[in-house]
Amino acid sequence: MSRFFTQEHEWIEVDGEVATVGITEYAAGQLGDIVFVDVPADGRELTKGDDAAVVESVKAASDVYTPASGVVIEGNAALTDNPALVNEDPEGGGWFFKLTLRDDSELGELMDEEKYAAYVARL
Amino acid sequence: MSVNQSGWRPEMGDASQAAQTTFTGNRALMLEEALIFEIGSNETTGVDIDEAPKVASRLGSHARKGAIGLPGLSEPEAVRHYTRLSRQNYAIDLGLFPLGSCTMKHNPRLNERMARLPGFADLHPLGPVDTVQGALEVIHQLAHWLVTLTNMDSVAMSPKAGAHGELCGILAIKAALEKRGEGHRKVILVPESAHGTNPATAAFAGFTVKDIPATADGRVDTQALKDRLGPDVAGVMITNPNTCGLFERDLKEISDAVHAAGGYVYCDGANFNAIVGRVRPGDLGVDAMHINLHKTFSTPHGGGGPGSGPVVFSKALTPFAPLPFVEQQDGKFVLVEEETAGEHHADSFGRMVAFHGQMGMFTRALSYILSHGADGLKQVSEDAVLNANYILRSLDDTLDAPFGRSGPCMHEALFSDSNLAEGFSTLDVAKGLIDEGYHPMTVYFPLVVHGAMLVEPTETESKAALDQFIGALKSVGERAKAGDPALKSAPHFAPRRRLDETLAARKPVLAWKESVAPVAEAAE
Repeated sequence: MSRFFTQEHEWIEVDGEVATVGITEYAAGQLGDIVFVDVPADGRELTKGDDAAVVESVKAASDVYTPASGVVIEGNAALTDNPALVNEDPEGGGWFFKLTLRDDSELGELMDEEKYAAYVARL
Repeated sequence: MSVNQSGWRPEMGDASQAAQTTFTGNRALMLEEALIFEIGSNETTGVDIDEAPKVASRLGSHARKGAIGLPGLSEPEAVRHYTRLSRQNYAIDLGLFPLGSCTMKHNPRLNERMARLPGFADLHPLGPVDTVQGALEVIHQLAHWLVTLTNMDSVAMSPKAGAHGELCGILAIKAALEKRGEGHRKVILVPESAHGTNPATAAFAGFTVKDIPATADGRVDTQALKDRLGPDVAGVMITNPNTCGLFERDLKEISDAVHAAGGYVYCDGANFNAIVGRVRPGDLGVDAMHINLHKTFSTPHGGGGPGSGPVVFSKALTPFAPLPFVEQQDGKFVLVEEETAGEHHADSFGRMVAFHGQMGMFTRALSYILSHGADGLKQVSEDAVLNANYILRSLDDTLDAPFGRSGPCMHEALFSDSNLAEGFSTLDVAKGLIDEGYHPMTVYFPLVVHGAMLVEPTETESKAALDQFIGALKSVGERAKAGDPALKSAPHFAPRRRLDETLAARKPVLAWKESVAPVAEAAE
């Protein structure tokens, strides 16, 4: 398994053909208390960079972009009842959706954990 | 010597012994008001209505079986309830209302008098045209002023408010593109610092929104915008002056580039108050712009009633403007509608509203314009800009002014939370201002600035009023910089202490139910 990051603060964890997407701890911290999450429906086809999910904090609503193309196989139903999960465990239980990847090569354009940490440090 | 029989003996007492709570929950004349459902009783009523005669019900299973549950109050109880609530409100008639991007200026009482003239106020929108010539003349004259002040070709008076005006402008752009056979242009460019309604409008009209970044000085990145132009671009939506309170100096250059690439320029005119009489958007290549009558020409926030957002159009977009509009023909005013538009307005995209727009707002705006005159309107914008700069310069040594070096600001001063103490944010400053007796400024907008505080004083305020506000904001700002823990739980003197906004958003209680306990205030 390997984990990649985007400049828009999404993470994607790849396990074979299936990938899990969420927002980073940094993003969750910036958003503040999250009050609502809208995850994509099963079967939705996404192209890298598409608006895939919506995350709403007390003050702002933000789009979550998919870091890679593919078909959604599961949205995290737990977030509907408990959006606070994104604040509590953004890079674990607070994941947004899973998808089957269309093109592995897209991942090469993303940052690894070390590069992302350096990127955030500069912000 | 006569004896003081009344017993009157002024004493100060020991203030530190004062009880912190009262039996009623009221604080002197600050009354604690329950919900109307909590004070009403099904047993009482303000009106006596005779028992309804028995008739055969034809509702069948739809007939209501239980009581409707409305609270019963006597007339004085109902009057007191709403009067007490109104006393907890903050209004422009109570004090300075520094909401950025809202132009909360004084609403001259003359406007109200004009709008209440029975000849205007009591008209029916379906009244025969011959009987409403005066009202049509008001619309026609106001339209003339708006077209003249903006140097545009025409104006659609019917849109009901700012965002509705945006939709009107974007639909005209869409109609123009389709007429040209270029309906495939689906992208609208919107700068980062735009009003939130701009991308929403474009998306609602079926366009795709692409963001254009801002430069470090708070203006649109002109080069980035030019680079994005192409055969898929329908147009741009740009706010001028922008939400950072700055004038977009490159707007003419941007308009020329957009036109050369086959697109149109929509200008969000919400901040027009800063430039009326000084700048004509038509000179800057704008194709459509809405004017918030309820901001620029008084009646802020629609006076609690409706807004009004007429849209001015360039020559290129005029044929596509919505119906109806007022025209003068042979000395008479007529309403040009679908049936009477004929060939000279065959390309109109349709109509936006059932009737002709917000008549009351037209009367107020024209009253405001005529009572100020051309020179007065110019002075209004100059004073509004002067007041905003006075606030910016008086506070930029206390609060961080991210664009303080980008030249003079226009109608509003923008600060960030970057120099507050660790753990303190814009929200704490806003809550502290409530304790000082002010409605807070616009907070966390525009999004391009961290912890934005956007202050628009308008021309209404005197120097004394500005100085008092500056003193209050300076004091609260200094407390936030020093990390005063009391500020974290402000407001302390408002009818409610700090509310738990997260809980309110996650578990909103939207309808009153007898069983629901009042939501607890945040712990102090």
